[in-house]
Amino acid sequence: MPAIVYVCLLFAYPIVYNVLLSLRQSSVIGLLNNSAGFVGLSNYHTAITNPVLPTVVENTALFVVGSIVFQFGIGFLLALFFSQRFPLSGLLRSLILVPWLLPGVVTGLVLRLMFDPTSGMVNQILSDVGLIHTPIEWLTNTHLALLTVVLANIWIGIPFNMLLLHGGLQDIPKELYEAARVDGAGRARTFWSVTVPVMRPVIAVVLVLGFIYTLKAFDIVIILTGGGPVNSTQLLSTWAYTLSFGNLDFGQGAAIGTIMMLISLVCALAYVRSYRGELRR
Amino acid sequence: MKSGAPVSNGTEPMRAGPIGPPPGAPRARVVAGLNLVAALVIVGLMLLPLYWAVVTSLKTLQQSYAIPSSLVPPTPTFAAYSEVLHTQGGALATSLVIAVGATLLSLLIAVPAAFALASFRFRITGIVTLVLLVTQTIPGIVLGISFFKIFADVHLLNSYPGLIIADSTYCVPFDILVIRAFMIGLPHELIEAARVDGASNLGALLRVVVPLSRPAILAAALFSFLFAWGDFLFALTLTTSDAVVPMSLSIYKYLGEYTSQWPDLMAAAIFAAIPSGILLVLVQRGIRGGIATAGLKG
Repeated sequence: MPAIVYVCLLFAYPIVYNVLLSLRQSSVIGLLNNSAGFVGLSNYHTAITNPVLPTVVENTALFVVGSIVFQFGIGFLLALFFSQRFPLSGLLRSLILVPWLLPGVVTGLVLRLMFDPTSGMVNQILSDVGLIHTPIEWLTNTHLALLTVVLANIWIGIPFNMLLLHGGLQDIPKELYEAARVDGAGRARTFWSVTVPVMRPVIAVVLVLGFIYTLKAFDIVIILTGGGPVNSTQLLSTWAYTLSFGNLDFGQGAAIGTIMMLISLVCALAYVRSYRGELRR
Repeated sequence: MKSGAPVSNGTEPMRAGPIGPPPGAPRARVVAGLNLVAALVIVGLMLLPLYWAVVTSLKTLQQSYAIPSSLVPPTPTFAAYSEVLHTQGGALATSLVIAVGATLLSLLIAVPAAFALASFRFRITGIVTLVLLVTQTIPGIVLGISFFKIFADVHLLNSYPGLIIADSTYCVPFDILVIRAFMIGLPHELIEAARVDGASNLGALLRVVVPLSRPAILAAALFSFLFAWGDFLFALTLTTSDAVVPMSLSIYKYLGEYTSQWPDLMAAAIFAAIPSGILLVLVQRGIRGGIATAGLKG
């Protein structure tokens, strides 16, 4: 089967290659001679003791948690809202998908303009309503840049969360809601006792995928800030890029990449296990 | 709508009030109307950045800097668009070639694989499906770093085939899963009938399964095109010269050189967004209808 060859060649081989790369001596000269020797875990040691690492890990954690909480929360509210019947709901729902369908470079550019100190709409609105008097440097202020990048990523992620959760809501049998009403349950009660339990598998999928995709996020950060200023928006993914292609330290970059893969894989396997457990129950 | 009141079903007594809506259908219509207004506000807020992008693309450079900036283009001009067609046209063509190439390559691999996974119950079917899902957890930058080193050895850096192969990794797992899910739903008798008529597996695939699966293959092709068209990571990592510069990389370089040429940058962004727009329209009407009719015919 050509597909098996394909998967081996373009997924398995690069992963193995990446792991091997992370175990080799990474100096530029060594790589040029193609004589880089194995150095065990020294690249991992260098990466983990790198003074930038704590910042990167903290940024990544804040980015992932902040993005997921709001993408998921707002996405769920929108999914509930669009489950009601009203004219044009289908059309309007698909319009919300637009930010998700756009290439990363496009969303990155558009958001960079939004947060531009002079030409951007955000500062314009804030000063129009009198909240600010001097333009805010959203993307070049080390204290604000990460918040801005998270806000941008929330905007990109809402449609995806809404799409999957809306699909899940449509599959809930109407009889369950009927029964809840007959039992005299209010809206809030119905939500917590009917919607959430029935939706649990969908919610789990959305959160796991959200985690994996947010950890991988790359385009948006590179275009908005490039990981700066002074690493204040550097994430594991952009740091792996900077180490490899900026510092030409491919060994360390590959080490960070391997660590990212392990985190994602553990998350995915934990999900698969809990899913199987649920089936058995 | 956030109160704990039960959903009105038209039979319960309505509270009387000065502006309280009458019971039954009219009240439902008022609720629907309010929902529509709320939905329009939500969509408006979500699409506000895109509105601002369009407005800015129609401004002159000077107008884009003006404070306070005007919420509509004062003197709409398409100057930025013609400028961008001039400077970015080549990159758009490059992206088109790469996206078409990656789409075709992906389908060539995905269609037979989906057929095999859908029709033969190997023990490994489940494992292969799981592996395809696991590929989604691999960070793009890991593939980018590895491809860079591997492609350097086999001279695929700065080349169309290199980017086509790399971009196809976005598409193949997705295509296989989508097409397989559709093929499983096809009536098995049709394939059996083709076999009885003496068709080989390949013959059955080409003459019976592929035509029937056209909606799913089309959907997979459209998304594959979009994935490859939007690729930025591989364009960034797998090119070291100006020999092959896809749209996304070209815009990124432009952004680096002329940081605040907002009208030009937004015009370029809008050109880059065209395939997404087309896909949205097709998803809205064509594909879903196509899948429905094909299902009925099957």
